[in-house]
Amino acid sequence: MSFFSAILHRDLLLALRNRNEIINPLAFFMIVIALFPLAVSPEATVLSKIAPGIIWVAALLATLLSLDSLFKNDFEDGSLEQLLVSPQSLVLLTIGKVLSHWLMSGFLLALLSPLLAIMLFLPTQAFGALVGSLLLGTPTLSLIGAIGAALTVGLRKGGVLISLLVLPLYIPVLIFGAGAVQAGVMGVPIAGYMALLGAMMVFSLMFAPFAIAAALKLSIRN
Amino acid sequence: MFTVNNLSCERDDRILFSKLSFTVQAGEILQVEGQNGSGKTSLLRILCGLSNNFEGEITWHGNPIQSDFAAYCQQLLYVGHHAGVKAALTAEENIRWMQKLHPLLNKGSIHEALKQVGLLGYEDVPCYTLSAGQQRRVSLTRLYLSSHPLWILDEPFTALDKKGVAEKEQLIVRHIQNGGLCILTTHHDFDLSDAHIRRLNLDQLNIA
Repeated sequence: MSFFSAILHRDLLLALRNRNEIINPLAFFMIVIALFPLAVSPEATVLSKIAPGIIWVAALLATLLSLDSLFKNDFEDGSLEQLLVSPQSLVLLTIGKVLSHWLMSGFLLALLSPLLAIMLFLPTQAFGALVGSLLLGTPTLSLIGAIGAALTVGLRKGGVLISLLVLPLYIPVLIFGAGAVQAGVMGVPIAGYMALLGAMMVFSLMFAPFAIAAALKLSIRN
Repeated sequence: MFTVNNLSCERDDRILFSKLSFTVQAGEILQVEGQNGSGKTSLLRILCGLSNNFEGEITWHGNPIQSDFAAYCQQLLYVGHHAGVKAALTAEENIRWMQKLHPLLNKGSIHEALKQVGLLGYEDVPCYTLSAGQQRRVSLTRLYLSSHPLWILDEPFTALDKKGVAEKEQLIVRHIQNGGLCILTTHHDFDLSDAHIRRLNLDQLNIA
């Protein structure tokens, strides 16, 4: 357990020292959402209708944007090699790295989302569904995305490839995430959506760390 | 005892080495020599389990290294081409993280080791402000802290000054005198009797 907290401590410290890595996805999220009222229509009726979809798509793309650097820095400075020749569990390590990635991306996006929801005239009764669905859905995005990042870490230009690998697996999360917010807007129960998002998170938490660890080994040892 | 049996490695349709066999006993240094691109780094990566691109058998105390890889890693200190030093962290933070990764980096205190490598006074500055040689020293601080029996070092002296090289050389000699093993690549000549050092030249191997 002390190893797990050491990974978290190290990765969060690194993220705080390179603040761009935290700010970039958040800025992207805000800019995309801020542009919609200008491009589509400033009418509250129009915006509130498309708000759930816009916020979820923007959150998904912001997460995708931040994935490329997840293992890249460790790969380039030789830290990843050191991890592989250490007796510590690689699975535990990947869980720690993904958790700190999520804290710096998905978690902050979820905290920021009500502010942007106001801008898009999302009815206040849907705010709970918005934050809740992002909190439950974005960990799945980080976990699945990390598999893609681990598979492409050895490639010089892996960015586009990650998107191709990972996007099909993101679709269910997007559908149920945006669906939960839509249900929140209409005032119908959201428990079913939340349960599905939670199930997807638990499922990916169970299997993704093993896939990430295997993918990392594959990328380094080829 | 470290044994390699019939090791072959091919990369990009080019045979780097084939049917390579050698044994390194406790108290011995194996110095791998060869031109640039002769496969020195590839060989060391294979010996560390960082590359699966080979045929043949590698055993540590009689067991194939893949059979209990975690136990093998426990006893192995690897210093690679890349320093494995995080530029945004300070020297001390880097070392503490390495200690978490490798429990056998437990000999003496961090401050003593940093003093030995000449980085006292730099332990609190981020490593990106240090020179290439100083960053290398951060990475090599591990040699002072290590109680691993097996050292695999890939060009450990790169970017070090003369004094630094001499100190690290002494450290390696002390390591094998205490019953350790060391496999390394370097263009530097050791001042040691032939009883303790063996040389493996990958160029001559390919010609033969």
